Formats: sequence, C-alpha cells, structure tokens
Amino acid sequence: MGAARGAGRSGVIYEVFRQERKGQAFAHAGSVEAPNEEFAEAYAREQYGRRGESTALWIAPREALHEIEDFVDELGRNYHRVDGYPLKEKLGRARERAEAARAR
Amino acid sequence: MEAREQEFLTYVQEGGQVETDDWLPDEYRAKLIKFIEMHGNSELMGVLPEREWILRAPTLQRKLALTAKVQDEVGHSQLIYRVVEDLGKPREQCLDDLISGKSKFHNVFHYPTKTWGDVGVIAWLVDAAAIISQKALLKCSYAPYARIMKKICWEESFHILHGRDVVLTMMLGIDEQRELVQEALNRWWGPLMQFHGNPIPRDKDPMYVWRIKSQGNEEARQQFLDGYVPQIWELGLTVPDPKLRKRDDGVWEYTEPDWDELKHVVTGHGPKTAERLELRRTTREETAWVRRAVLAEAA
Repeated sequence: MGAARGAGRSGVIYEVFRQERKGQAFAHAGSVEAPNEEFAEAYAREQYGRRGESTALWIAPREALHEIEDFVDELGRNYHRVDGYPLKEKLGRARERAEAARAR
Repeated sequence: MEAREQEFLTYVQEGGQVETDDWLPDEYRAKLIKFIEMHGNSELMGVLPEREWILRAPTLQRKLALTAKVQDEVGHSQLIYRVVEDLGKPREQCLDDLISGKSKFHNVFHYPTKTWGDVGVIAWLVDAAAIISQKALLKCSYAPYARIMKKICWEESFHILHGRDVVLTMMLGIDEQRELVQEALNRWWGPLMQFHGNPIPRDKDPMYVWRIKSQGNEEARQQFLDGYVPQIWELGLTVPDPKLRKRDDGVWEYTEPDWDELKHVVTGHGPKTAERLELRRTTREETAWVRRAVLAEAA
C-alpha cells in the first residue's frame, strides 16, 4: 500500500476494491486520487466499473487501511492447521495392529 | 553494488515481486519511474492522433467506438500516473516534464494521420505492437504496475478488434478504400518496426535486468511479425519491405529499421511533436479552472 509520497498532492488516495461477480470476494483493483469521497466515487465508477466488469466496488481512504504482514507463530501452534495432523503414519500402524489382531 | 541491492536484484531476477512499501534500490526506483512515466505519457499523447478523427469518422457507430477508445486510453494514463505518484513523482510534475519535452513518449504518436486508413492501421497494428509490450509487463517485478496492466491489456483487446474491423470493412469496400489501407500500412510500417526498440540483448537492457519488463526488444518484434504479418498478407495487403521473410528456423528477417529516425523522433523532433505538445499545453491551461473548481468545492 504505501505512505503517500510526493509533494503537491491535492487530494486523498482512495484504494478501490472490486467484485467481479455476485458472491465472489472483493479484490484490490487499484487506487484513485480525489479531493473527497464524492469525487472518489465518480472516478472509481469511471475507471473500474464503466464496462460492466464489476458488480460492486468498495472505496476506502488509504490512511484508513491497516496493514498486517507479519504472522509469527511463537508457540508453534499447529493443532489448528492441517500440518498438525500427520495421520498417514498412525493410520498405517493402526491398520497393521488391526490386521494382527484379526490374525490371532 | 551493496549487498542489500544485490539481494534485491537476485530476488527480482528469480521472479520475485515487490510492493510500494518495500525497500527499493534508488536505481530501481528511478528506472521504474522513467519507464512507467513514459508509458503514461504515451497513453495520453496516443489519443491525440485518434481524437482528430472523431468528427470525421464515417458512421455514428465508428464515432462512438473511437470516442470510447480515446476515453479508455486517457483512463490508462490516469491509472499509470497513479502508479508513478506512489513511486514519488507527482502527476503535475509528470505533465510539466511531458510538455517541456523533458520526458518522452512512444515514437508512433509523433506522426500525422492522413486518412481514415491510418485510423484503422493504428488501432489494429499499433495497438497490437503495444499489447505485445504490455503483456510482457504482466510479470513486472513491481507488482502494482503488473496488476494495473491486467486491466489495461483487457481493454486493449477491444481496441485491436475495433481496428481490425475498420480495416476489414475497408478491404471489403471499393478499390480506393483498399488503397487507403495499403497507403496507411506503407506509412506506418517503418515506425512499427522501430516501435519495440533497437535489438539490444536483453541481459544488457536495464529494464530487463531489473525485470521491469520480461522480454527483450527483438523478442517482442519477432512476436509481432509472427502474429501479424500473416494476418496482413491474408487480406491481400503488401508489407513494404522486400527483405521481409520467415526463415526455416522460424526467425523473421527484415530490413534494418531506421534507428536514427527513431532517436530523432522520440527526442522531440517528430513531424507532429511540437503541435501535439502545444495542444496538451493549451488544453491544460484552459482546463485549469475545472481543477481549481473541483478542489474549491471539496475544500
């Protein structure tokens, strides 16, 4: 995203998110610079919606967005992820045990 | 080169992409700004030759299609200047540098359009050449630019169709119309062959080294020839280059493009350079009150 750089900026940077079809997730499309929300809406409609390529747009001032990009797993909590459950080896052993029990 | 810069270079050369907030080497930032700004300038200047034809287009449908194309291209320049702004150069400064001749725009937009045939050839072949360059930017190491190129390439695909339709319609008309297309092709072939730049090996091209673009100039030109020469020939048109042929190994041979002309034109000495920049300058002055009004109303 990035802090607003550059002198002489007259407006606010609004980030634009668009939804291509009903039910789909909104994805970041780009940004527009506008003096206020009304103009931001007009510019976003013009640049990201005029060909019917979007079913909806979200616009938000860049400053209002909070970015998180570090995901530290200090405690190694793998019990809420797929990689916390290596079942293959256990399943193999369980099958062997059941086989052996049936043979007795 | 310091270690951090070397690490960055290795990262982008392995296909890595970066965002606005990431640390960028100064040279990379400078190259990005230069490249992307020239692209923005070209979109903005590229509408001027076509704009001249809106009122002269042969049917209402064509007038509307051309107007829509002009709107698209100006929209592209808006999107692209936005990317440049986030890299640190304000749009007003881009426009100042464009008008003063300090920054450049593509060679093909420095030439006149003589007939409606030129409009068809521009929308078909100039846009085809451009879309080849632009598709090579979809993998750009600078992710915000790559993302915006997706939308731009999508819209350019309509423009090629529009151009091809104009050309096909004329080719199905009377002899005079076919002559207009052939004459336009003769005029545009030189600039088209210069369009992708001199055949500098890609590893010597800083724009490739930083992975701003993902292919070399000659690769782009070969791709253009391979895709479009057969389409030109099948309509019964002649490409004005007696040396043009496809070798058995698939490589196209052609007469060496006039690199002096390219250099002369893009440094501001094209036949229409001064006139078009003057139009940009006066238009900017005439519309200054709109920008002031917008800002005053918002304040």
